[in-house]
Amino acid sequence: MAELRITINGASYKALDGMTILDVCRREGIHIPTLCNHPDLQTRGICRICVVDVKGSKTLQAACSTPVEAGMVISTTTDRVRKSRKTIVELLLANHYTDCTVCPKNLNCELQSLANEFGLTDLRWKERRERTIPQDDSSPVFIRDNNKCVLCQRCVRACDEMQGVYAVANLFKGDSMIVGSAFNKPIGEVVCINCGQCVAHCPTGALSEKYCIEDIWKAIDDPKKVVVVQTAPAIRAALGEEFGYPAGTRVTGKMASALRTMGFDYVFDTQFAADLTIMEEGYELLGRLRSALTGGEAPALPMTTSCSPGWIKFQEHFFPELLPNVSTCKSPQQMFGAVVKSFWAGKMGIDPENIVCVSVMPCTAKKFESIRPEMARNGRPDVDYVLTTRELAVMIKQAGIDLHDMKNSTFDNPLGESTGAATIFAASGGVMEAALRTAYEVVTGREVPFKNLDISPVRGMDGVREASIKINGAQKDWSFLEGVELKVLVAHGTANAKKVMNAVREGTMAAHFIEIMTCPGGCLGGGGQPLPGTPEIRLARAKAIYEEDADSPLRKSHENPSVKKLYEDFLGAPNSHLAHELLHTHYTARGQY
Amino acid sequence: MLRETLLRKLDHLIEFHGKARESVLPVLQDLQATYGYLGEETINEVARTFGISQTEVFSVASFYHFLNTKEKGKYVIRICRTISCELRDKANILRALESELGIRMGETTHDKKYSLDYANCMGMCDRGPSMMVNDDLYADLTPSKAVDIVLSYR
Amino acid sequence: MARKIDVVFSDFQPGSALRAALGMTPTSVIELVTKSKLRGRGGAGFPTGLKWDAARSHRSDDKFIICNADEGEPGTFKDKNILEKQTAKVIEGMAIGAYAIGASKGFIYLRGEYKYLVKDLMKKIEELKSQNLIGKDICREKGFCFDVDIKLGSGSYVCGEETALIESLESKRGEPRNKPPYPAEAGYLGQPTVVNNVETLSFIPHILLNGAEWFQQFGTEKSTGSKLFSVSGDCRKPGIYEFEFGITIRELLKEIDADPDTKAVQIGGASGFCACSDDFDKPICFEGIPTGGSIIVFNKSRSMFMVLKNFVEFFQEESCGQCVPCREGCSRMLEGIEKFEQGRGSSKTINDLLELSTTMSLASKCGFGQSVPNSFRTIASKFKDEILSAGGGEVWRS
Repeated sequence: MAELRITINGASYKALDGMTILDVCRREGIHIPTLCNHPDLQTRGICRICVVDVKGSKTLQAACSTPVEAGMVISTTTDRVRKSRKTIVELLLANHYTDCTVCPKNLNCELQSLANEFGLTDLRWKERRERTIPQDDSSPVFIRDNNKCVLCQRCVRACDEMQGVYAVANLFKGDSMIVGSAFNKPIGEVVCINCGQCVAHCPTGALSEKYCIEDIWKAIDDPKKVVVVQTAPAIRAALGEEFGYPAGTRVTGKMASALRTMGFDYVFDTQFAADLTIMEEGYELLGRLRSALTGGEAPALPMTTSCSPGWIKFQEHFFPELLPNVSTCKSPQQMFGAVVKSFWAGKMGIDPENIVCVSVMPCTAKKFESIRPEMARNGRPDVDYVLTTRELAVMIKQAGIDLHDMKNSTFDNPLGESTGAATIFAASGGVMEAALRTAYEVVTGREVPFKNLDISPVRGMDGVREASIKINGAQKDWSFLEGVELKVLVAHGTANAKKVMNAVREGTMAAHFIEIMTCPGGCLGGGGQPLPGTPEIRLARAKAIYEEDADSPLRKSHENPSVKKLYEDFLGAPNSHLAHELLHTHYTARGQY
Repeated sequence: MLRETLLRKLDHLIEFHGKARESVLPVLQDLQATYGYLGEETINEVARTFGISQTEVFSVASFYHFLNTKEKGKYVIRICRTISCELRDKANILRALESELGIRMGETTHDKKYSLDYANCMGMCDRGPSMMVNDDLYADLTPSKAVDIVLSYR
Repeated sequence: MARKIDVVFSDFQPGSALRAALGMTPTSVIELVTKSKLRGRGGAGFPTGLKWDAARSHRSDDKFIICNADEGEPGTFKDKNILEKQTAKVIEGMAIGAYAIGASKGFIYLRGEYKYLVKDLMKKIEELKSQNLIGKDICREKGFCFDVDIKLGSGSYVCGEETALIESLESKRGEPRNKPPYPAEAGYLGQPTVVNNVETLSFIPHILLNGAEWFQQFGTEKSTGSKLFSVSGDCRKPGIYEFEFGITIRELLKEIDADPDTKAVQIGGASGFCACSDDFDKPICFEGIPTGGSIIVFNKSRSMFMVLKNFVEFFQEESCGQCVPCREGCSRMLEGIEKFEQGRGSSKTINDLLELSTTMSLASKCGFGQSVPNSFRTIASKFKDEILSAGGGEVWRS
């Protein structure tokens, strides 16, 4: 790419051909307000708040969509830039239902920040926008309030570009334009995977997850109830952001203390169930490979992971005929709930009826997963309530706790014990890495041939990543795998998954095992994580996750002593009859039309 | 509407226009011409045919004034509301049609025969006032002429 | 004194200009068009030769030339007449353009309101095909193939904007794209594409046949050639006229036999400029008052407030809605204007709306939003009293 020079506010800067004005300004720390722009999404250039003056141009240019040209002279502070930007904020506010103090996005709203930035003191164009459109609360996981929508199309683009779902779009035009679904139907009536990436990309309070905070306080306050909480791996690397910690700060110990202080009776860890998942899923994969390679019945291969509930619903809608390829393993959240209300309840002598199982997830789709009918036994859901990371932060604050004040503590046992392999479930590629660490060792009796157990080919942020491991020295039981090159593939974002599954459908997929995560970067970029979420922030969270793994004394799921004990005392062996009954599930072909 | 008929029609249209994404609009235009509007079933089948989401199809359809996503009368009367026709007493044409059909602007007659709508400039500015009945264009209207034309659509 | 001219509707021997073009290299065809200083007749006035040159310079096996027949500007109807009466000339203009830029496929994007023209257009296309003036190995020139297809709009004014038109042609919502990249680089299906107005294309064969100097003898320094005008409103002789660029409003009013008590002329339709008697000696051309050709005359009995309101209602409905200044601006502008009707408007309201206008012109994403405030700005400044007193008085003659 050719290097060129441009002038911004009188100073000369280097730029590369292909960069936008915004790219250069960001790099140089020159502030340009933005709203419709988001690093995860294609540029639309529609909010126009980023306009700048370019010498020789009659009109202002949007910094986000205007490529630099050699010799360009740009000013970001002229009278017409200032006035236009201010007018644009006024125009947005004039058509925005403003109830900031009781809005879920209060103090974390990009429109509110813009209003503050421009020092607005009155609304010139309209007295006040009323709530004229009913809220759409038909989704099991989020609420859309179009009275607060600024039509930035970030949710629309997230749903289309990142997830390939296209559940929402711009409908109608001009002043009638609105974001919604076909025939303006409630979102609950169309194909939606509940991933919450729309929520995570909304700059205002137009989209927010459904809170279950009050239900949980009620359970905590009920003396008859034993309230157990599990926290997903991705929470510990992100919760701190809600309390002002820099992205990538690990707050595992402080979080455990906060949960205990809030009144949860048992503070457990979803990571215990993640290790359990690896045992079940690893053996399931080996079982399928055995059938395939020893000429038994032809099993569905490649096998895909099943821990990401957005992906599960995506598969049910878009690739129903490939559901047999999905591992039958429940997700760690659901395995945890099932174990708590069976094994643990029995061990503790607690009536499962009195156990309230709360999970803290980086995810909105987990809320839907927990209410699936197949995720209940005897009409009792395995997991009762699902909180997002953001909701947990609200609860901690409501309890008057500042995370900074918390001392480090550890999870309760036995369901709080875990390995580094479980921690990396939070990152795209992590389930694959954890599965390979265990499966390879089960088969060969040796550790995976990667330095420090770090299977770096499956790590990173590329949308689709492939790797392979050649199996040499398979033990007697697994001799059918001798010399086999085990091919694996990792994808995140269901738009990427769509491409991968199309290849599976067409029979051109070479991989044996595929990990799919719904959200960018995996769970650490989940729809329930602290805002904002950007590629940079996700990288910082991933770094924290891999550090936590590296620091763990145990880093292979099959070495988790509590999991081993669970098999010895209760389940028998991986994929046993009881394991199947409690830890495995089935799926529903839903179709798309 | 029979689903089989719709599917046959759709097959025929795909044969003519092709199945690439850029053929969606011509297909919608032809379906609109056949059925008078693009209902849920129609949008759904178009989406399935092109392998895209219903919302994507609806989003496109709802952008264009001439594509109806709600059922309208068999004959949609569009009166030009542009200034040139306004200057030539478009208001009288509208009044005459409203009183003849017993509906107001934007409404559809009970027998689902006629809908009254506005349209922007039809390119008949030198011969206004003008109107369209479905795809047919009429100019040099007087109130009685407008009524006669409309009633000739049976 | 600017002359009345007859080029666009003059007789034309189909194939004559195309043969002349095929006798030249594509580059020299573009040079000729550039030398003629022909500018786009849709309103924006971009030099046609430059557009073609840009499209030629981008390599691709799949280039397109599109005839913009989405004539939607209120008060315009000349393109419809050209297409009706000079189909062969327009298509020949497209074929010459295709040869020049290296395209083999063309579309006529016809507004839905003109659907009734499709049948005749198709017939003409077939006829030209049978004459080997389009199709394969055109004019026996080995390897030069050019096909024309008709695509219909569906009632959307903004699709006249070239990138919105391309979006619509791709069966998407007619929402204008970011520029750059310009269509000449990445247009229809991401390929180099030229979009030319019907009228622009109709001049091309004449320039090929008569030369650049001939074309330049008409018009002004920066606006060469002649221009079609669609005339409506308060005059005895509404219809289509062809005048040299540079004609003054007063001269034009005389030709069309405008009402003697003409108080205002809207030049360029709803997105154009309102001229009052003080402006009548100004020339109509790109360096004077630019226009796509719509001329609407208003006599003393007309309420300029109602004219303005009609325009703003039109824009509010036709805005594609994607960018904030245009979408929200149109709505707030209409609300502001309605205040005057309700007797709540003041000079401050006008000033606020003028400031809004500035932002809309400066910051909107496309030419549509940028031109919305033109009519407000000119009407509100020239007929301020009528706006302020909108609440009372007779509005329309009837």
